Amino acid sequence: MNEITAPLKSFRIALLGNPNTGKTTLFNVLTGLNHRVGNYPGVTVEIKKGRFVHQSNAIEILDIPGTYSLAPRSPDELLSVELVLGLNPLEKVPDALLVIADASNLERNLYLATQAFETGLPVILALSMVDLANASGVKIDFKALSEKLGIPVIAIHASKRKGLDELKNAIVLLQTEKRMPPVPVFSQDVISNRAKILGLLGDKGSLFLAGRLLFETDGFLAQQLEQKLSLSLTPAILESREALKSLGINLVSIEAKSRYAWIREMVQPCISKPEGRVTGFTDRVDRILTHKVFGMFFFFLIMFSMFTALFVLAQPLMEWIGEGKSLVGQGLESILPDGMLRSLLVDGLLEGVGGVVVFLPQIVILFGFLSVLEDCGYMARAAFLMDRVMAKCGLSGKSFIPLLSSVACAVPGVLATRVIEDKRDRLATILVAPLMSCSARLPVYVLFIGAFLTEGYGWWFPGLVLFLMYGIGFVTAPLAAMLFKSTILKGKGAPFLMELPVYKTPSFSVVFARIYEASLSFLKRAGTLIAATMVLIWAVLYFPYISSTGENYPERIAATENKAEQDALLLEWKKNSYLGRTGRLIEPVVKPLGWDWRIGVATLASFPAREVVVGTLSIVFGLGKDAEDEQQLLEILQKARWNDDPDQPLLFNVPSALSLMVFFALCCQCGSTLMVIRQETGTWFWPAFTFIYMTGLAYIAALLTFQVGLLFL
Amino acid sequence: MPTLDQVPIGCKGIISSIRGEDATVQRLMEMGIIEGEPFELVASAPMGDPLEIKVQGYRLSIRKSEAARVFVQVS
Repeated sequence: MNEITAPLKSFRIALLGNPNTGKTTLFNVLTGLNHRVGNYPGVTVEIKKGRFVHQSNAIEILDIPGTYSLAPRSPDELLSVELVLGLNPLEKVPDALLVIADASNLERNLYLATQAFETGLPVILALSMVDLANASGVKIDFKALSEKLGIPVIAIHASKRKGLDELKNAIVLLQTEKRMPPVPVFSQDVISNRAKILGLLGDKGSLFLAGRLLFETDGFLAQQLEQKLSLSLTPAILESREALKSLGINLVSIEAKSRYAWIREMVQPCISKPEGRVTGFTDRVDRILTHKVFGMFFFFLIMFSMFTALFVLAQPLMEWIGEGKSLVGQGLESILPDGMLRSLLVDGLLEGVGGVVVFLPQIVILFGFLSVLEDCGYMARAAFLMDRVMAKCGLSGKSFIPLLSSVACAVPGVLATRVIEDKRDRLATILVAPLMSCSARLPVYVLFIGAFLTEGYGWWFPGLVLFLMYGIGFVTAPLAAMLFKSTILKGKGAPFLMELPVYKTPSFSVVFARIYEASLSFLKRAGTLIAATMVLIWAVLYFPYISSTGENYPERIAATENKAEQDALLLEWKKNSYLGRTGRLIEPVVKPLGWDWRIGVATLASFPAREVVVGTLSIVFGLGKDAEDEQQLLEILQKARWNDDPDQPLLFNVPSALSLMVFFALCCQCGSTLMVIRQETGTWFWPAFTFIYMTGLAYIAALLTFQVGLLFL
Repeated sequence: MPTLDQVPIGCKGIISSIRGEDATVQRLMEMGIIEGEPFELVASAPMGDPLEIKVQGYRLSIRKSEAARVFVQVS
């Protein structure tokens, strides 16, 4: 991503909005791909910064995570508030705020806007989903609303690029002509007590912050501010609260009541709504999609089609990438002399990186599905449908989305747990998220299903097996969560409140941006950690290349023309290598799972990043030198015999193929996930715990799979 | 007076009060569940929980345990 070179003086705005308002679309459309993720120590929430130039004015936008209210209850929400108010030492205070609100649900969306109005900054109000509002019979007089509020109110349709110029003009105009928003009305007693607290805050103060401290019931913000600004606030706050209470004012409800009442007063003259009940599109669709029977049927249908599409659509693309990789390999072999360097580049680096890139099509398709489901509004229905089940294991429907995201990759999945307010719920979700089958497990599933569970079965069978493999995660993760929540993480659950947004056509730009970001981060990991691991594995398989009797394997292989002799030498070399020795050492451990030392080696080598397993398999099955495509590896695996001895039975049968897949489904073979868990929990204990429990679980499950499977052979 | 979890699906009415003084109550209010607001109980999830209500013109999923704190007046 390009570094953003900010000119000396650019106008800085912070973009605020409720979730599901099209805030991300607006940000992407305004900044193009000209943005980067800001780094803030202590919190890891993704806050994007972008910029654009309009009429030679440089505008910088800070994308604040979607929220219904600027009432912070967690460190991440606190960061948003700090950024908006300019309390964060890493960012200057914004010059203005841009609030985006859903026109089809104006009153609730304006709640956040009323908080923005109290910051002392100029505000522009952008209204999205005006077409949806009109469709349900709601008519808004933008001009009247703009006059009533005294600030620019602009209707936009970001994905159709409507209203953008008008919005940009309004932003530019703010530089010279500051139009301040009105201040929402509270009762006189509240105002005078708020003023007292405002006085204590000094130059960091704003009406919003003072009010927030007064209304907040749990004292989180006061505590944080006292620490960060070294102020003493609590005694004054408690005094004011007591004073208001003695006047009969209910501090729990006064803020929301006053704000909504004020919103109504502002909005009512500018909006006309249809009388009586209107059955809209969303109502009709929801009658089916959240139906007890049809809704669940549709939910499983969507999940099943997603995985079948992954299998069917990605296949030809993966073959092309495989062909491209072997072309590069052949090219390298033709220009480089035989020897260690060529072996390193072709067998180590190219195999490793190429073997990862080949799975990019699946990631693109998976993220395509997930972001379409998210953007059209179905994700929330899935959480609604699944909440009761999740509640049974002590989680909420909110855990469903992080867990479902973990189907693509546990790293964003663990990060997505930040939406879960309850700490224990969040921790339990983090601990079980890596059990969900991520995209890096797909290579193993695809390879082994293709090799052992495709030929001789119906066209629907591979998709079904793949679905069942994913099912392992979908079943095990909640069970593990239930276990954790009833033992080490026992406690009271968090309130579960979730908006069910209006259904809409997914925006191409949102879907594209999410696919692009996911693929890029996957490739970055592929290019660094995974390639490094592959080179390491190549090295422990290459060295020592001279046997104890003084034979130089690479030289002897090069000297002979006999293919059988070459293969025999290659196997002996690999058995003798550092990794081969370790593999044979642990063979007694993996034999009960139906694996020989080669599978043991490949599994061992994939603990830092499971993506490498297919590449490692190619190497330990002697394909490293002339691997042409996945098809070749697949055939080799089908024909492989125990310890490469032609007199031994076939290495793989259905039980041992399944046992390997089950092991990979449950094992925590991902250094990145463990690092993210460390980062999110702030301790090494939880990543260590995750690694140990998952590896143990994987071993036991693989053992059972193989041993029980043998009974049916 | 019944609470939100006790009324039948399709029921419409007015929210009369919310029990409690904790952060949950503030959350409910921020989301528009406020005394005097009209509501409609639209649906319930497959196993009867959570509930889907319409309030402030939008749909909100709320669990029965939280709905039990919201007293309503059925119209």
